[in-house]
Amino acid sequence: MSRLSIGSLFRRPEAGAFLGMVAVIAFFLIFGGINFLKPSGIASWLNVAANIGIIAIPVGLLMIAGELDISIGSMIPAGSMIVAIMSGHYDFPIWMSIIVVLGFGVVVGFINGFLVVHTAVPSLIVTLGTLFAVAGLVLGLSVLITGTTSVSIKAPDFYKAVFGQFIGGTYQVIILWWFAVTAVYVFYIHYTKYGNWIFAIGGDRESARNAGIPTTKLTIILFILSACSAAFVGMCQALLFNSAQVSAGMSYIFNVIISVVVGGVVLTGGFGSVVGIVFGTITFAVVNQGIYFTSFDRNWSSLIIGVMLLAAVLMNNTFRSMALSYAPKKK
Amino acid sequence: MTSPVLELRSVDKSFGPIDVLHDISLKMNEGEVLCLLGDNGAGKSTLIKTLCGVHKPTRGSILMDGAEVTFSTPREAQDKGIATVHQFGGTFPLMSIGRSFFVGVEPTKGWGPFKIYDRKKANKIAVEAVQNFGITRVDDGDRLIGGLSGGERQSLAIARAVHFGARVLILDEPTAALGVKQAAHVLRIVNEAKRRGLAVIFITHQVMHAMAVGDHFAVLIRGAIAADFRKGERTREEITDLMAGGETMADLERQIEGYADA
Ligand SMILES: Nc1ncnc2c1ncn2[C@@H]1O[C@H](COP(=O)(O)OP(=O)(O)O)[C@@H](O)[C@H]1O
Ligand SMILES: [Mg+2]
Repeated sequence: MSRLSIGSLFRRPEAGAFLGMVAVIAFFLIFGGINFLKPSGIASWLNVAANIGIIAIPVGLLMIAGELDISIGSMIPAGSMIVAIMSGHYDFPIWMSIIVVLGFGVVVGFINGFLVVHTAVPSLIVTLGTLFAVAGLVLGLSVLITGTTSVSIKAPDFYKAVFGQFIGGTYQVIILWWFAVTAVYVFYIHYTKYGNWIFAIGGDRESARNAGIPTTKLTIILFILSACSAAFVGMCQALLFNSAQVSAGMSYIFNVIISVVVGGVVLTGGFGSVVGIVFGTITFAVVNQGIYFTSFDRNWSSLIIGVMLLAAVLMNNTFRSMALSYAPKKK
Repeated sequence: MTSPVLELRSVDKSFGPIDVLHDISLKMNEGEVLCLLGDNGAGKSTLIKTLCGVHKPTRGSILMDGAEVTFSTPREAQDKGIATVHQFGGTFPLMSIGRSFFVGVEPTKGWGPFKIYDRKKANKIAVEAVQNFGITRVDDGDRLIGGLSGGERQSLAIARAVHFGARVLILDEPTAALGVKQAAHVLRIVNEAKRRGLAVIFITHQVMHAMAVGDHFAVLIRGAIAADFRKGERTREEITDLMAGGETMADLERQIEGYADA
């Protein structure tokens, strides 16, 4: 009996991600020493993980549903610039900027989702288009309005406390946001029918539609979630660092996708888990930051991440086929 | 005399200039298996797609319980009790038995925004439904569909259709990819569905499988019904000849010899 439950535990989508996470933490403990797990060490990778993690979950859900969203790369600076221009360059109240930031996320997400659902164009190409369009729009407007590509913003204490401060001097408050949204996602994806619908869409869109699932609406909602999440992260960064740059954000495209894949989401859709994505995000952040605790040159971290990504893809395939072939032993 | 569950009257189907089905008239009764036989390209798949709402007939009409119906989507046909099970059964290989059984109609418990998907209930009902069909090896609702054998998957899909109140069950070559034992499994389930009063449309290439469960046979040749007969009215050889496109075994032998002479 217990053998059986261990067996099924290892066939869960997050099993590989969990093993990977334990492995990299062990690796950096050995080569970097215990500093890496002391409060300041933890902050270094938890901050990175939180910023990626808030975006990685909706992007991962899109991937489970069989879609991809790379426009997040320009939605992050869009979120930063909107709040900085509105409440830094001009003097609109922050709450108004927040509404515009999220509203812009809704608009771009809707455009992404609408185009993907109503044309046969793959989501990679659609969101590549909006990635550049939004980047151009933000750069153009920023130069037009402020004459520069970097705008500073001084937020009132309340908004800094909620969205952009260092707790205890090192932990970004966005970590708490990450924990909170993760809990909400885990609930809705794994404990309600809506999660089931997303997996069904990724399994076979046509059958899902015939089963009465509102596939179109759900796909558009997921695109809106990922665009809003990226804009939200951008906004928090502007409030944290008291300034916004047009160019920040493109590296997130890769970092987010790596976190999702390392987190055990199958590239062809239909399989994955929120907890797995969280493990994948932590794994990425640990490698990304852990290298500073070792005596290695930091360029080596890219090698580790690349190898890890390939290993994860291979492992996902193995776990997937193991999960598929799972049959209880005859008594 | 009750009217047939489903009836086709002089149905034609063309795709633009290509005529695929000509003047098809068929009746499907409760508790009967209609075997649809025919060579590749004869139009079997097109016929069932017309029945289940994927295609609309170009001419002619579809009747349910004697009343004319039109299906604009597969969903509409499903809602009226017409269920289609495809060759590979479950379409969500990476989902669990319980979850895929209830896709779109998940049982929930709780209240308002905190309604929780009732995994235990879903698994229990799904497992019971297949076990009622005699597939006792499926006993864990958390197993993934992709981990089931081909026969089990078909059985699960059929059990699901029956559970959700299907009256007409359309099976497109359910035994084509299966071994002898697995196929026997599926045939037993077809019989069970028949016993429960469903009208079953069973498409197959294998005359043996058709004869094992069929009450009524229709042979399709180039989109037209070449023969329509009931159980016991034809021998196996006659049916095999009909399926080969109206050519008899003797014709085939002559042809082979002809090649040899040339
Ligand atoms: N959507 C379509 N458009 C044009 N021709 C089609 C279409 N669907 C099927 N056909 C044609 O109809 C004929 C019958 O096909 P099909 O119903 O798939 O046969 P079967 O299932 O008996 O092998 C084939 O010649 C096929 O090319
Ligand atoms: Mg066919």
